Amino acid sequence: MIERSATIASTVGLHARPASIFAEAAGELGIEVTIARASDPVDEAVDADSMLALMGLGVEHGELVVLRTEDDTAAEALESLVRILETNHDA
Amino acid sequence: MQNFVGVGVSRGRVIGPVRHMPAALAEPPVGEKLASSTTPETAAAALKEAGAAVKAQLLARAGGAEGTGKDVLEATALMATDPMLIKAAVKLINSGSSAERAIWEAGESVAAMLKGLGGYMAERSHDVQDVKSRIVAQLRGVPAPEIPDSDAPFILVAEDLAPADTATLDPNKVVALVTASGGPQSHTAIIARALGLPAVVAATGVGGLADSGLVFVDGSTGQVSTDPGDAEHAAVALWQEQASLLSVFDGEGRLADGTLLPLLANVGGDSDAREAAAANAQGVGLLRTEFCFLGNDTEPSHAVQVAAYRGVFDAFPGQKVVVRTLDAGADKPLPFLTDTSEANPALGVRGYRTDTTTPGVLARQLAAIADAAKQSQAVVWVMAPMISTAAEAAHFAALCTAEGLKIPGVMVEVPSAALTARHLFDHVEFASLGTNDLTQYAMAADRQLGTLAALNDPWQPAVLALIRATVEGAASQARYSAAHALEDSAPRDSAPKPVGVCGESAADPVLAVVLAGLGVTSLSMTPRALPAVSAVLRTVTLPQARALAMEAVAAASAAEALELVRAGLPALAELGL
Repeated sequence: MIERSATIASTVGLHARPASIFAEAAGELGIEVTIARASDPVDEAVDADSMLALMGLGVEHGELVVLRTEDDTAAEALESLVRILETNHDA
Repeated sequence: MQNFVGVGVSRGRVIGPVRHMPAALAEPPVGEKLASSTTPETAAAALKEAGAAVKAQLLARAGGAEGTGKDVLEATALMATDPMLIKAAVKLINSGSSAERAIWEAGESVAAMLKGLGGYMAERSHDVQDVKSRIVAQLRGVPAPEIPDSDAPFILVAEDLAPADTATLDPNKVVALVTASGGPQSHTAIIARALGLPAVVAATGVGGLADSGLVFVDGSTGQVSTDPGDAEHAAVALWQEQASLLSVFDGEGRLADGTLLPLLANVGGDSDAREAAAANAQGVGLLRTEFCFLGNDTEPSHAVQVAAYRGVFDAFPGQKVVVRTLDAGADKPLPFLTDTSEANPALGVRGYRTDTTTPGVLARQLAAIADAAKQSQAVVWVMAPMISTAAEAAHFAALCTAEGLKIPGVMVEVPSAALTARHLFDHVEFASLGTNDLTQYAMAADRQLGTLAALNDPWQPAVLALIRATVEGAASQARYSAAHALEDSAPRDSAPKPVGVCGESAADPVLAVVLAGLGVTSLSMTPRALPAVSAVLRTVTLPQARALAMEAVAAASAAEALELVRAGLPALAELGL
């Protein structure tokens, strides 16, 4: 398993447009990626490709999250998702 | 040619193809099982396919939209294939549920989760509900419960239309509304008048009209005819000619003899207010403040309310804006104010009455209105809906005074308020007749029931008599009430306090003449109605209007009242009304 951390850059948090951009990108990777708050236990992680789950997570601007995948070859894919989270999509 | 006769509720004549509003989607029954001929795998595949189809439809719609609407549609499209939603539904399918029931329940639980988060998320819960219904419709192979999409303009035919149905109504696509049920005060009628669309309601049998067949609709006479011929085409052409004459209001409501009768607008927010100002309305006669509250699970903050009211006040600097305090309850429930379990919501705790069950909300709203008024140039009047007694009027006036609002008033919607208006005027500075509710309460006829459309008619002599009683109450109070003269030391003109009308009846140019004759001092309506009302008022003098009003009140029936007044207004035919 590999994991990467990211800080939410979008000012509205991970909702609305930022959430749909992220979920779509995660869906296109073809691998299973989960996302959770850094402070939350692993079993509270949700599917990264579900916009509804992301909305339910309710992560706000400036919060630290962790992306995880069981696919050890997917380091680059995780990095691409980190870049999306660390971009302000409301700017 | 096949003819249907309904009730014409919004003027205009048009010929166009019929498109039917799909029937409301029925909930898949609780516990609906997978058909024995289907495996969970097939059902899950069908569900995913339906989700993908709905996503594609919504993306296609988003392609034609702009701005926020486009963003919302795109986000909604994504929900249709959302792994969380689909996984939850597939889990239910695997435990034996039908695909329809599974997606229904999965959608409900996701919506409940979002609703629980409040704010922006709670608003998105409606989108999940929408997606869920669309997927069920797709699975059943029936059209989604929404206004049909079409490249060409069409006439929308429905059983009845609810506010949610008309939210997406595009007046460039829909050229007329025809419903099989509904009455003159129904939502269909109100939205049609606001959008300037010809509309006929209570037209029994129109559900059987052939889809895409051409029909002629006359929103004045209530006629709906198939296979329109030369006569119908000529009638449409004549209407178009007259409509251009009746398209502008010059900003001064008056009768033929120069008697002034200000014509104001009913608005529900700042964009409405700017439109009304552009239509030369002489102020706002009814600001519905629900726009600031509806769809909220909690009371909006002081700052949010002040900003919302200011948006409206700023559209009318130096002019009158009459604010109606929150009118929650009955057809406008609010979770933090109203008890939805009441057996008779229209006769329950609604309007001003919510102050007794949830004190504080009204006072805080008045404080916000007062602050917004201070920051703007508008002349702000405030009135409470659903006042029944003089004691209630006094209490409301005291609340206004405490917040520094100088011109408190009441809505007259309950017959008791009309009949005891004299005493109400001892406490407040004006009254505004809400004729929609006044009619429903006077006739004991639900506004939404098409079968009672004939009773729910502001032309009913009983309703006209209540309007007259209110005006007489104001005159009587001015003559006899000591309290009135004591309010300030300067000698005061003993003119009766103003009585306006802000119900749908003020938008009827023929009834407007009667209201003027009864002594009403201002009329407030949807801005679209201003030109026609002004045009007709300018054809009569005050004595003529009074004489016609007398005839109407003395008539034995609504039909007779209308007939008598129309007969006395030869100008109507010339104006094509």
